[in-house]
Amino acid sequence: MLVQDRNPIIRWDYVVDQSDDILAALLQHLELTLLSVALGLAIAAPLSAMALRYGWATNAITGFTGFLYTLPSVALFALLVPLFGLSRVSTVIPLASYTLLILVTNIIAGFRSVPDSVVDAANGLGLTPVRRVIGVQLPLALPSIITGIRIATVSTVGLLTVAAIIGQGGLGRLILDGLRRAFWTPMTVGAVLSILLALALDALIIYLGRAATPWTRKASP
Amino acid sequence: MSALAIRLDELSKSFNPDGPPAVDSLTLDMAGGSIVALIGPSGCGKTTTLRMINRLIEPTSGGIQLGGADVTHRPVEELRRDIGYVIQQVGLFPHRTIAQNIATVPKTLGWDKARTAARIDELSDLVGLDADMLDRYPDELSGGQQQRVGVARALAADPPVLLMDEPFGAVDPIVRARLQDELLGLQSELHKTIVLVTHDIDEALKLADRIALLNVGGILEQYATPDELLRAPANEFVEQFVGEDRGVKRLQLSTVSQLPFEQGPVVPADAELTQARAVLEEYRSEWLGVVEDESFAGWVAAADLADSRPLAQATRYPPAGRVTPHSTLRNAMEVIMNSNTSVAIIDDGGRFGGVVTLEAIRAELGLSGADPQTGAVV
Repeated sequence: MLVQDRNPIIRWDYVVDQSDDILAALLQHLELTLLSVALGLAIAAPLSAMALRYGWATNAITGFTGFLYTLPSVALFALLVPLFGLSRVSTVIPLASYTLLILVTNIIAGFRSVPDSVVDAANGLGLTPVRRVIGVQLPLALPSIITGIRIATVSTVGLLTVAAIIGQGGLGRLILDGLRRAFWTPMTVGAVLSILLALALDALIIYLGRAATPWTRKASP
Repeated sequence: MSALAIRLDELSKSFNPDGPPAVDSLTLDMAGGSIVALIGPSGCGKTTTLRMINRLIEPTSGGIQLGGADVTHRPVEELRRDIGYVIQQVGLFPHRTIAQNIATVPKTLGWDKARTAARIDELSDLVGLDADMLDRYPDELSGGQQQRVGVARALAADPPVLLMDEPFGAVDPIVRARLQDELLGLQSELHKTIVLVTHDIDEALKLADRIALLNVGGILEQYATPDELLRAPANEFVEQFVGEDRGVKRLQLSTVSQLPFEQGPVVPADAELTQARAVLEEYRSEWLGVVEDESFAGWVAAADLADSRPLAQATRYPPAGRVTPHSTLRNAMEVIMNSNTSVAIIDDGGRFGGVVTLEAIRAELGLSGADPQTGAVV
């Protein structure tokens, strides 16, 4: 829709001119996403292990991660900034905590989906507990875990745009900038790129997941 | 590896200290190279006992020896690699191919590729797997094929002992019968010490060299050969568990080859009519069997011998069925029941091998004459 005052949905000359800045924003967004999901996984793994080993702890742990998920992102940013400043820490910690619910849920579900008979056979064959967990249970839990990582990644891409509020937003900064200046181009660029980034990461994780689980592609008779 | 004897020594397991034990001081000696069936009602502790042998469950008290060595005297994983383990749901690893599943223990033991591949081929032949199945995944196989893989996987490192927990319970009866026959075939080649948990008395009678019948709480009610169990049940519990048709069940345990040869009312086709009629008289039979070129040619009705035509020209009626020397007495009984002549013809590779009569079957089972205990004539 063309507007008379040189403020269309997207002005390509602006995009070309600002391409370095746009690329920087995109890479920052990607970096923060990966850091948040990685931190989330690093915390989710031991939490899940505890829940799997001590059945009674499952409710407490999923309750805790669910509670974290309900905390509004802006509120968390606001609480952490006085402590850690307008830094990556203030961004990554809340985002990582939001991934915990889906990651813990899917890791636990993945391991619980391994048939008891498979675990029993693994023990009966003389596999050590370590070999059994890593060689048998983990690969079989992988499809569920990968789904969790996908969901965590895609939602983190989205949530990160909000982090623009504390100056760390990657593509969110472009959106906010455009909004403040009533200049649509950076908004459009920021929005479209964040969608594309989410789709690209999703596709990449699906691809890697399939490569890691060749047996799931065989059809049953 | 030669087979090992297994000894359970006052073996006990209590899951709940306040309640009754799952297994109570069970003592049992299983001979090396034999198949022992553990059987009994729910709660008799048969599966618990089996799982204590490879220490998937640790006993509360008592001990288990394998070939004289206490099972707790070595690292548990090492023990388990020396014991084959086959379970009802098979438990194949879904994320590994058939070949990789079978190679599990060899790989853990560090066998090289060539040795493993050779062993996989050997086992495929042994348990009846096609070579093209090896690169498939478990969910592409039928239940019977999966359990064959389960057995191959258990036998991969050639353990002297094989534990089987209701191994054929999840397949249909036809496949089950085949797998049972194949197990017997395997055992005749491998001579392992096999402990088989089953709830199916017929399976135990068919497969086991000795049967340990357990009552709730792991109480051993009788430990005997199949025939002994049927012939002389130790008490009422055993009698009831084995079932009312003990006599018929015993028929399945013996084969026709165990009977002494009996010619029966059967003569050569070129016999004289006088001889033919004499044989009919002797057996008080209405039918006369005729043998030509050493094989059974058919039955001739007594009425057709009234005129003077030679025996060879009389009308021949085919027998209702035949049995072979390998047939069970039960098969023979079935044939006898279905035939008007009351005998079953034995076909020994095409040649006439004699007949089976009801009297012979009863004599074989020790049912003829007076009952030694009561003196009653049976």
